[in-house]
Order: sequence, then structure tokens, then C-alpha cells
Amino acid sequence: MRRGRPSTPAGWSAWVLWGLRRLAGGIGVLWAVATIVFVAIRLIPGDPALAILGGPGSQASAEAVAQVRQEYGLDRPVLVQYLVFLGRLATGHLGDSYAFRTPVATLLGQQLPVTLTLAVLGLVGAWVLAIAAAWWSTQRGRIAAALTSGLSVTASVTPHFWLGSVLIVVFASSLGWVPAVSDGTPAGWVLPVVTVAVPVAGYLAETIRDGVVDAQRSAFALAARSRGETRAGLFGRHLLRHAALPGIALSAWAFGSLVSGAVVVESVFALPGIGRALVTAVTQRDMPLVAGIALVSAAAYVVVLAVADLVERLVDPRAVATRPGVRTRRGAPRVTRPETGAR
Amino acid sequence: MSGIAEPSLQAGAQRDPAAGRSGRFRGGTLGPAGTVAAAVVALAVVAAAWPALLGGGDPLAVHPSDALLAPSTAHLFGTDESGRDVLARVVAGTRASLVVGVVATLVGGGIGTVLGVVAGLGGRVVDAVVGRVTEVAFALPLLLVALVVIAVTGPGPVPATLAVGFATAPGYARIVRGLVVRARSSQIVETAVVMGRSPARIVVRHVLPAALWPVVAVGTLGVGQAIVWASALSYLGVGTPPPAPEWGAMLADGRTYLQTAPWMSTFPGLAIVVLATAVTVLGRAIRRTGAHR
Amino acid sequence: MSVLDIRGLTVAIGGVTVVHDVTLRVEAGECVALVGASGSGKTVTARAALGLSAPGSAVRVDRLTVAGLDVRAFSERRWRTVRGSRVGYVGQEALGALDPLRPVGREVADALRLHTELTAADRVEAVRSALGAVGLDPSIATDGRLAGTLSGGMRQRALIAAATVGSPDLVVADEPTTALDAGVAVTVMEQLRTAQRRGAGLLVITHDLGLVAGWADRVVVVHEGRVVEEGPVDAVFADPQHEATQALVRAASHGARDAAGAGTGSGSGSGVVSGGAHGAGPVLAGEGLSRSFDGVRALDEVSFGLGRGRVLGVIGASGSGKTTLARILLGLETPDAGTVTLDGAPWVPLPERARRPHRYRLAAVVQDPGATFDERWSVERVLVDAMSDGSAKHARGALGPRVDAALEQVGLDPALRRRSPLTLSGGQRQRLAIARALATDPEVIVLDEPVTALDATVQDAVLTLLEGLRDTTGVAMVFVSHDLRAVRRMADDVLVVHDGRVVEHGPVAAVFDRPTHAVTARLLHAADRLASGAA
Repeated sequence: MRRGRPSTPAGWSAWVLWGLRRLAGGIGVLWAVATIVFVAIRLIPGDPALAILGGPGSQASAEAVAQVRQEYGLDRPVLVQYLVFLGRLATGHLGDSYAFRTPVATLLGQQLPVTLTLAVLGLVGAWVLAIAAAWWSTQRGRIAAALTSGLSVTASVTPHFWLGSVLIVVFASSLGWVPAVSDGTPAGWVLPVVTVAVPVAGYLAETIRDGVVDAQRSAFALAARSRGETRAGLFGRHLLRHAALPGIALSAWAFGSLVSGAVVVESVFALPGIGRALVTAVTQRDMPLVAGIALVSAAAYVVVLAVADLVERLVDPRAVATRPGVRTRRGAPRVTRPETGAR
Repeated sequence: MSGIAEPSLQAGAQRDPAAGRSGRFRGGTLGPAGTVAAAVVALAVVAAAWPALLGGGDPLAVHPSDALLAPSTAHLFGTDESGRDVLARVVAGTRASLVVGVVATLVGGGIGTVLGVVAGLGGRVVDAVVGRVTEVAFALPLLLVALVVIAVTGPGPVPATLAVGFATAPGYARIVRGLVVRARSSQIVETAVVMGRSPARIVVRHVLPAALWPVVAVGTLGVGQAIVWASALSYLGVGTPPPAPEWGAMLADGRTYLQTAPWMSTFPGLAIVVLATAVTVLGRAIRRTGAHR
Repeated sequence: MSVLDIRGLTVAIGGVTVVHDVTLRVEAGECVALVGASGSGKTVTARAALGLSAPGSAVRVDRLTVAGLDVRAFSERRWRTVRGSRVGYVGQEALGALDPLRPVGREVADALRLHTELTAADRVEAVRSALGAVGLDPSIATDGRLAGTLSGGMRQRALIAAATVGSPDLVVADEPTTALDAGVAVTVMEQLRTAQRRGAGLLVITHDLGLVAGWADRVVVVHEGRVVEEGPVDAVFADPQHEATQALVRAASHGARDAAGAGTGSGSGSGVVSGGAHGAGPVLAGEGLSRSFDGVRALDEVSFGLGRGRVLGVIGASGSGKTTLARILLGLETPDAGTVTLDGAPWVPLPERARRPHRYRLAAVVQDPGATFDERWSVERVLVDAMSDGSAKHARGALGPRVDAALEQVGLDPALRRRSPLTLSGGQRQRLAIARALATDPEVIVLDEPVTALDATVQDAVLTLLEGLRDTTGVAMVFVSHDLRAVRRMADDVLVVHDGRVVEHGPVAAVFDRPTHAVTARLLHAADRLASGAA
């Protein structure tokens, strides 16, 4: 780090630049995702025209197939189809689902929010659990630490489909505390959110605990203690921030797996999310629906990344002092050398 | 998706010198948890190689008259809806889970390592390109990738393995890239440069070993995640087709009988948790013994 | 009234007793120095006095009174009321002791927040005056600056402010000036003295007797966990009884004498420089070297010449650009402008491919050699690798005796061959690094702060080794350091660098005895003040 006056954040212009940069990156990601979807769907064996007409067993006549082909532009060259596809997406037309005969946007509008909500709530729940576990384990001594570590590891590899069933049996069927399947009430969300949260919480807890233990050995932790800092103060003011940093990055990357997890959990709890629709869409070559789901998920991921970046800057003020959007350069350690010759 | 935890790379943090010998090289000891985990993994390997040794009976033998029996001395884990011995099926399913978990991790780790090394050693442009690619890969949920792969190739253990492998590769790529970049600017490398070593030798002798050893530990952690995801795919019906014994599929079967025959779900589920936990704990223990400085 | 009274302190870590029956007393308004080599148990003793012993330590003590309180049976909670309010602690690792994610102002205010009932506004005022007292900008209290924006010296001062803001009765400072250059070190010691004058008792822990000679009232010498000598500092200095104390005194006076200018050995005087001392032109020459980082000029038109077999000292405060210069000479950085020639031929800038075959002619010794050793290699492998240009891994054939000779040359026991360098002490590692540097029979060695991180006694020994090697091998050296005492011993000529520019150069005796530039005078003056503790 350079000595002297701290570089002040450059104000609005820097943040606008940051926003634009992320937007451009996001659009790039979406384009790439759309292209991959297009290619992938084409690779799936089967004739899309038949799929539109109701599947391979639909006994459609040759004229009907030919007509569908023309109507949907399936007889045009691949490149043209691709451009048309991109063009429609760019203007916001997600098209109609072949399989469900309803506009993709409508389908998604109904189902995707459920899945995304579950994923987000699961992430929040995971963080709460992970921080609580980290706090508890560092305050109680070695046995508690080992216990927490073991629980975290076990939690991180617990399959949600199994956990969901177990929770239903225990808390819904036997104890009756919460409904087994979602019935629209907030109580109906409890078990699904817990199920999605537990594996991620296990993972996060391991990471955060590692970070806390690491930070406990640092010179600044000793200095804080030498000033008479309380245990809670040490944890909250010092250790947690350092430990949370890798967790924030982890959360962003793990969002994709959270969505996948949510889809699986939906089938266990009969939540009206995209789970079933997704499976159908892929097996029936329903390109508009697959494209729609993939794009919206990717868009959500881009947003999550941006949010994670923001949160990271809040937790780690060092990042604010540099221009937003500029990460440490490769070879950046070199810059600090001149200062460390003699401190 | 990333089920991979980034190893604690807080190399910049100043250390409190008297807080225990943090970072001396300890050869060989796995610790009590690690040893237990190693034993469990060894047991699993035995179960995978010689299932007959551990579980009685034929996992595929159907006895309709013995359907849905509770655990007893004859059937330690009970029987399922077709009268098949659950214990035999759990033991037999070990092979599938272990193989898929390991192979998927090798695939993902292999692709990811290559990408990470290329990104870490290459110039800024190469790094940026690989970075964009991994970002896109992260944006696609595992399930989507898996479903598409399976739709293209048909269901089965191989597509499931490949799908999990492809989906975990970006996580490894990111970690390896970080390790390579760090190793590249280490003082060890600078010393080698000053001593006039050729770049090839520096990469092979200093950069790669420093960067790749931690990946082995991370990979062991990844196997645990891979096992879970593979079972998830089977649960959804896109992995190993029935009636082959596979834990995820067994859980799917057991779902309808959750109230009446909970043992059908309990034991395969436990098997997944126990094996994946053991592999993960073993991985952490290995990482600790290999930790330097 | 005593602010610290320790009697019969015994500490064992992991079953090994590191402190045996130590007795120590500090009175209010007194400065006591606890001196000893690394590993002698000084830090462990100090931390025990604060109840901050490392986890896994077994502490037994007959008597432990801090600020008048008997703390032997104190619970952690009671200790927390004492720390920061009655006892202040300034630790060893200044660079890392401020939380990099928290504003410095908050860190300094912590003791007040925890132990007083002051309002936030009053706290800010108190912090502002504390910061001003240590010579820092008072606005740091509120401007949210982070530790990363402060230099090492500034951080250390902030830590002193943080430790003293609560007006504690006892201040414990553990190696407060290690790796700080003389000017900054003086400021730090002055701040501690200010606290002392306010009535606090001061316990300074250091490995450098020379540091405390001018500042402490009493000295307690520890060796291998035991107190071996103690008394008023002048008495101990004048007539050391124990051999550990004698070694410390030797190391301190060696340095003090030379810094004061009455030195015996300056470069070209002692010994015989073998080989053509003034052959055809300089062996290493730099011309107009400039380099900027992020718009800040680290080097500005630096030029120099290094004669064959001579030693060029490069001195300056931290941030003056000396290390950048060293890195450019080693080809690790490329200058924005300027050239370096090795024996007349171009050296920098040059494509690495062209430079590589000649790299054996220029070797490096850095401040922290431990970071340069591949942890899986043995001592033997390190040397064999250096001798065979990277091709050999084992000491086969002719290499065997060569390795033995190399180890002997630097004073290392051949029995260490199979050990990992990371199990060696700091001094031993540096000797190995020197042996590695000499392995290719280079014409020039660039040394960047080679002894700064070592104990005073070890510094002395390594510098003696370097002096001997300089005389016997005739290798030329560029010796970069902020430690004037070391440069005075080693160098023939000296280059004084300030803010990236050469402000003075010439034979070392001339520059040190009759400096012409204000910066040089300041550096010399600071070194003197540090040694003598002049108020």
C-alpha cells in the first residue's frame, strides 16, 4: 500500500463507471449463455418440429410438420436461426414455450420467483447459521470447536433431497409444527428454506471458522486483546470481517448451486417453482423455455455478483480506496516492495 | 457451480509469533479425525471392490413376498418395495458413488487445473479470456448443465459424471489460477530468476509444485461434493437407470414409502452423508499435513 | 511504587520450559530494559505479565503484581479491565498490529471506549491529542484512514498512541524499533519516554543493548530463559559479568563506536583486497536510473560506480528508493530510464534471454532469506543447485567437498547438510544465503538489508563474516541498508539516497565525518541520538 494521503474514492463518476463495466460484463455473460443454450439445444437429438406438435409420439402428418417448420423458421439456415433468436431475445421476446403453449415470460413470471426466493432466503439462512456456529465454536473451547467443525462438514455434504424428507417426517408429520407441503403461508416456507440452507451453511461455517481461527492468531487480534477488548467485541469488530471476506466470494459462486439445490428441494416440498418445468423443457427440446430459464438464472447470477462486490467493499474498506472495478493487478505485490525495505 | 472451498490463503496476515508454531511442516500425522475418516474411506473402497465381503445377498434379487420388511437380523437394513435387501443395495451402491465422485472430480479438477495454469501463467489477455469463460460457466446452474448433457447423450452414470465434472471445473480453475499467480510472484521464484534459471525450469521446479499440491487437498474435498451431486442427479432420474443400486435412486424410490418404510430412505441417505463426510474430513486432514509456512 | 513486580515466573510451552524463575521489577517513572537474544524468553515473560500468554502455556509465578493489583488469580474478565487501562502494550509486529479493515482512529480510541465513560466527542478529542503527541496528523482520529495508508513508522507511533491514550501505569513495549530506521526509531523512543515522564513505568524489550543504552535506567539481561545479570545500565555496560551480557555489549559498542565516527575498520583500511582492486573501470555502473510507481517517483536520475572488489553502501530512510535500486540492479525491475552496465557490457535494460548466461556473475542476499528457500530442499540441495547452475540435486562427486568447503567458509556446521533451511535460526539462514550467493564465484553481490532482521549479537557475527569474505574473496558488494552502523563497517564508498535522488556520495569516512548534505547530517544525527538517548 502506498504511504501518504489516502486516495479518496473518486465519487460518482467512478461508481457510474463501475456500474457500466458490470453491465457490459453482464450482457457479455448473457450473450454467451444464450449462445450456449442455442448450441446445446441443437445438439439434443430429436426434431423440434415434432416437439412443438406434441412430442415424438404425436403421429403428426408430414404437412403439419412442414407447416410448423416454416412457421417457426426451422427450415432456415442455422446461422439465420441463431441471429433471429438473438434478435428476439435482445428485444425482450422470450417467445412461447413449445411444450406448454404459453408465453415463456408468463411461465417464468409465475415460477421463477419462487425458486429465486428460495435460493436467496436459503443463502441468508445459511449465513445466519454459519456466523452463529463460528461464534459458538470459538467461545467454548476445543471440544466445541471440534464438534462444530464436524457438524459443519457433515452439513455441507448432506443431500437436500434426503434432508428435506427427514425434516418432513420429523417436524411436519410427527411433530406437526410446520406444514409438510407449501400452502402459501410463511410457515410453509420454513422447512424448504432450512433444507436449502443447511448444506450451504455447513460450507460457509467451515470457511468462516477457518478465517476466524486464522484471524485470532494475527498481530492485530493480540493488540486488541491487549487493549482489553471483550470477546464479543473482538469477534464482531475484528475477526468476523476478516473471516467473512472469503465467504462473500464463495456465496456469489455458490449461487448457481443454490438455484440447483432449490430446484431439487422444490420437488420434495411441492413448491411451484421451475423445477418440473425445467426437466420437461430440456427433455422436450423446448428451446424458448430453456433459454428463458437459463438467461434469467444467468441474469440473477450477474446481479448476485454485483451485490457481492458491493458487500465486499462495505466490509473491506481497502477496496473502496482503489478505483471501483479495478482489482489488484497481477504483480501488485511488487509495488509494495519499495516501502518494505526498511519499515 | 462451486462446491469448492478456497484454501485459506491469508499469506499476507502478520502472525502473532508466540501463538503456537503455525506452519511448521508436520509430516505424516492425520490426527484422530483424519484417521477415522481414512478408515471409513478404506472401508468404502473395500465395499466398492468386493461388495460380497460386507453385505449379504444379491442387490438385484427380487422377493415380492418379503417386501417392506423392517430391519431385522435377516435383513439388517430391511427390504424395499420389491423385497430387495437394502443392506446389499447400499453396499453395492458404494461403487457407483465412489467411482462417480472420484472420476467427476478428476474430470473437473483436470479441466480446471489446466485452465487455471494457463490463466495463471499466460499474459493478461489469456487470463482475461479464461476469466470470462469461467464466469459464464459459473452462471449456468449445475442442474441445467447436467440436464442438457443428459438430454444430449441420454441418462446414465457416464453423462452424470461428465456433467458434474464440467460443472465443478470453473471452481478449480479459479483456485488454481490464484495459486499459480501467487507462486509466480513469490520470493522463491525471484531468487531463481536472479540465479539465472530458465523460465521453463522455474515453472516446473517451483511454480507448479507450489500451486498444485494444495489442489490435491481441495480435490479431496471436492469428491465429497461430487458424490452428493451425483446422487442428486440419480434422485431426479437422470443418472444411473434402475434397477441398478444407486443411493440417490434408492432415495427416490423410498420417497413414497417415507411413512411406512423409512428405512428405505434412511440408510442410503446415511451412506451418502457418511462417505462424503469421511472423504471431506480426510481431505482437510491431508491439507493440514501438507500446510507449510 | 512498583507498577510491575514479578517474582519466580516460570513458563512452559508445550512441555518445554522457556522461562525459569524470572524476577523483575519496574517502578513508576522508571524505564527498565529487558534484553536478550531471540528465544531467550523475553517476549514470553512480557506477555505473561499481561495475562496474554500463548495458548498452551503453563504459567507459574510466586508473585505478580501489575499496577498495584495482585493478578495471579485474575479471571479473564478482570484482566480485561486491567489491559488497556492500567497496562499498555506495544507489540512486535507493527505492520500487522493495526486491523487493516478498521479505521486507525477507531483503533486508537478503543482503550477509551472500553475503559472510560467519555462521550464520543470527548473520545475524539483525547485521540486527537494523543495522535498529535506522537507526531501524527490529529485528523487521523476521524478521517477513517486505514492502516495500509500509513508507513511502518507511522503505524508504530499510532500503536503507541493507542497503548498510552488511557494513561496506563505501565507500558510494555516489545521490540518497538525493530526494522525502523534511526530517524523514526528516535521518535518512537521519545514517545515512550514521554509516557515515562508522565509517571508511567516503562518496560522495553529488545535484543539490542545499544538501543537502550541511552534510554533505559536499568537493564535486566536474560539468557535461555533465566535472568543472568541486572543493574543500572551504565554499570552493566561498563563491566558486564556474564558472557551473554558481554556478547551484547560487544555487539552494541561495535556499532556505537562506528556510528560515532571513531571507527577502526572502514572498508578499504583493514585487510588486503585481493585481485586487481582498480582494474579497468567499475565492475558495476549505473547511469541516470529512474523509476516511478503509480505516478510517484521511486528513483530519479540515480548514477553510481562500483569498483572491482570494493563495497558500495547505499543508505537512506525507508521509502527513499534504495530497495528499488537493488531490484533494478538484480534485473527484477525495469527502470523507466537509465542503464546499468556489468563490467562495461549492458546489463539493464536487456532481454532476459541475453542476460541469463551472465547471471552467475551477480548474486543477491535479501532481508528475509527464509522466504527464498524452497521448503522441500535441504541445505545441501540449496548449495548444490547453486553450484551446478540448477542441474544437480545431490552432492555427488566433486560437489561433495565443495559443499563442505562452502559451509565452512560461512561458519556453518557441515552436520546441517541434511536439514531443511526452515529449521535453521535466522543467523544460520543468512549464512546459508551468503554461501549460496558465493557459490557461483560472482563478481558482485547485492545485499538488501541483510542483517536488519537479525538480533544484535547475530548481526555482529554476520557482519564480521561479510567483512572477512570481502577481504578474502575480493568480491564487490552493493550493501543497501538503513542501518548506518552496518554500512560504516562494511563500505568503502557510500551513496546517500533521499526521495529517489542521490544527495551525497563519496568515501565512507568522508561522508560520515563531514557530511555536506542536510539529509546525511540528519541520518547521522538520528543514529547518534538513538545510541546515546540524548534528550
